[in-house]
Amino acid sequence: MSIVVTNVSKNFGKHIALKDIDLEIPSGSLTALLGPSGSGKTTLLRIIAGLEEADAGSVTLEGEDFSDVPLRQRQIGFVFQHYALFRHMTVFDNIGFALKVRNQPKAEIRERVMELLNLIQLEGIENRYPSQLSGGQRQRVALARALSARPKVLLLDEPFGALDARVRKELRAWLRRLHDEIHVTSVFVTHDQEEALELADRVVVMSKGRIEQVGSPDEVYHQPANPFVMTFLGQVNLFHGRWDESPELADVSDGRNGTMVAYVRPHQLDLTRVISEDGAHWPGRIIRIHGAGVQVRIDLEMQPDKRPAEVLLPRERFQELNPIVGEDVYVRPKEMKIFPKGIDQDYTI
Amino acid sequence: MSHHVINRSKAAKHDHWLVRWTLIAFAVGIMSLLVIGPLINVFYHAFELGVAIWWKALVDPNTLSALRLTIITAVISVSCNLVFGFAAAWAISRFPFRGKALLTTLIDLPFSVSPVIAGLIFVLLFGASGFFGPLLEFANVQIIFALPGIVLATTFVTFPFIARELIPVLEALGPDEEEAARTLGASAWQMFWHVTIPNIKWGLLYGVLLCNARAIGEFGAVSVVSGKIPGRTDTLPLTIEKFYQSFDKVSTASAFAVATLLTGLALITLVFKTYLETKTHQSTQRESVMDA
Repeated sequence: MSIVVTNVSKNFGKHIALKDIDLEIPSGSLTALLGPSGSGKTTLLRIIAGLEEADAGSVTLEGEDFSDVPLRQRQIGFVFQHYALFRHMTVFDNIGFALKVRNQPKAEIRERVMELLNLIQLEGIENRYPSQLSGGQRQRVALARALSARPKVLLLDEPFGALDARVRKELRAWLRRLHDEIHVTSVFVTHDQEEALELADRVVVMSKGRIEQVGSPDEVYHQPANPFVMTFLGQVNLFHGRWDESPELADVSDGRNGTMVAYVRPHQLDLTRVISEDGAHWPGRIIRIHGAGVQVRIDLEMQPDKRPAEVLLPRERFQELNPIVGEDVYVRPKEMKIFPKGIDQDYTI
Repeated sequence: MSHHVINRSKAAKHDHWLVRWTLIAFAVGIMSLLVIGPLINVFYHAFELGVAIWWKALVDPNTLSALRLTIITAVISVSCNLVFGFAAAWAISRFPFRGKALLTTLIDLPFSVSPVIAGLIFVLLFGASGFFGPLLEFANVQIIFALPGIVLATTFVTFPFIARELIPVLEALGPDEEEAARTLGASAWQMFWHVTIPNIKWGLLYGVLLCNARAIGEFGAVSVVSGKIPGRTDTLPLTIEKFYQSFDKVSTASAFAVATLLTGLALITLVFKTYLETKTHQSTQRESVMDA
């Protein structure tokens, strides 16, 4: 079931939550809505679900306009951040709820609930109450409940946000396997870029009510459309300068006059003691070396403006160079993205 | 040696035993003076002239019809306030709308208005020379000095109890479970019945209990509105007053006798309320322990 969002806007009083959102979610995909708090991602998810109404625009499901369809007929499954399990019902009654309100016969309900308990690998706990379960168990029950009526779309609102790191990682892998098995169109909201990149087929990066970029995890990480996306999705070094006509400088985004800012990820930088003809060379002083790990992290202070920079060198390269703290070296970008100064400068998180 | 250390740190956290016991004695003293003493007094005076007089007062036809009227009034008032109170609490806790603060203030209005004024409001509206007086007379409808007036006044005065009890409960509960029920395909009624009501049931019962207690015992508003027609518009509290105003000994004893009836009802309410409190406390405790 593909979802098409057309020109959706939503305000809460004076606060603009969403502005002119156009988005297509392919059938059967696992899509992440990624962004910082206030970006509008949860609002968008809730509008797709029918828990909120858009002020403008429409949502269609497989061509059918959803705006006319009331919430309870939309056949979506929703997983809440804090599970929202019915605290006065057993796990069995929770999972069977959707079928009970549709007046399914008891035998069928029982069969389906058992099937789902098997799917989430929690057989045997059906008579427990939510308060007797751990966080990870509760979230799996919430997922089983959302899937119970065979929804066409599965929506998850920061599903692992309330869990500790280890459980989060386990459930992430588990959700991916589940999706590969069931293939229901799924959309999940997260502010954790690692989670989005690891789980999703497609990532929708959002900020301040607008979509910044849509693409595969690879695309948004390696080919960010603007400074916000690049900075949000990983570590970034900033170098200010002027466009210099060197043909090797990769990926100039826009215009060639005026000041530019080069965005370079730590692993895209190399250190050298020799100035060669081609490429940029920026002088810097080594402040600290973090030797542990597969890659060696080197903190530098760029000269002369004393801005900090971070370089990740592969171990072999580090051993080849053998730099020491306090040494003056040159930082050389192997790849970089250049954006004109002033484009979307406000990307503070 | 560790035992010694534990004792010392315990003492540092609790008040000195003298302070504790003084406060407890003080509280018990006030309670005895203002509540327990008068209660014992009521029972004493009720049986002062013997059990026969006590029983006679209770089975007196006026008393019995007053009892009937009190119960009918309480049942109608509590039922109405159950619906109004739940609706108001629901609207306030679940929907954003302008004028929410005004509505919340209006709900508290009956508390801040003197009951006598409350009764007067209805007399001024529905009495013979009131605003709707001519209209009502034309339609041959009697509100003041009849059951409808008594019910109106009692409902007004007891309105806040259920609403005020439910608003914090509904707010603390949050809309998540209800939204989940809706996404799973439940209709509004199914959602209320299966999800909302079970979650608020103790708070709801508590509010109903308070509302009921006040409805049974209301005096001021009802006395203004009822006309005190014996056998027709006398409630239990009004009957007590009537007995008491006849200054012979038998009537006085009768007044106290009917008072024991009211007190009995109040005590039952109290016991039930305490039971509900422990149940509410238990269920919230169970949840919070598990969330740790």
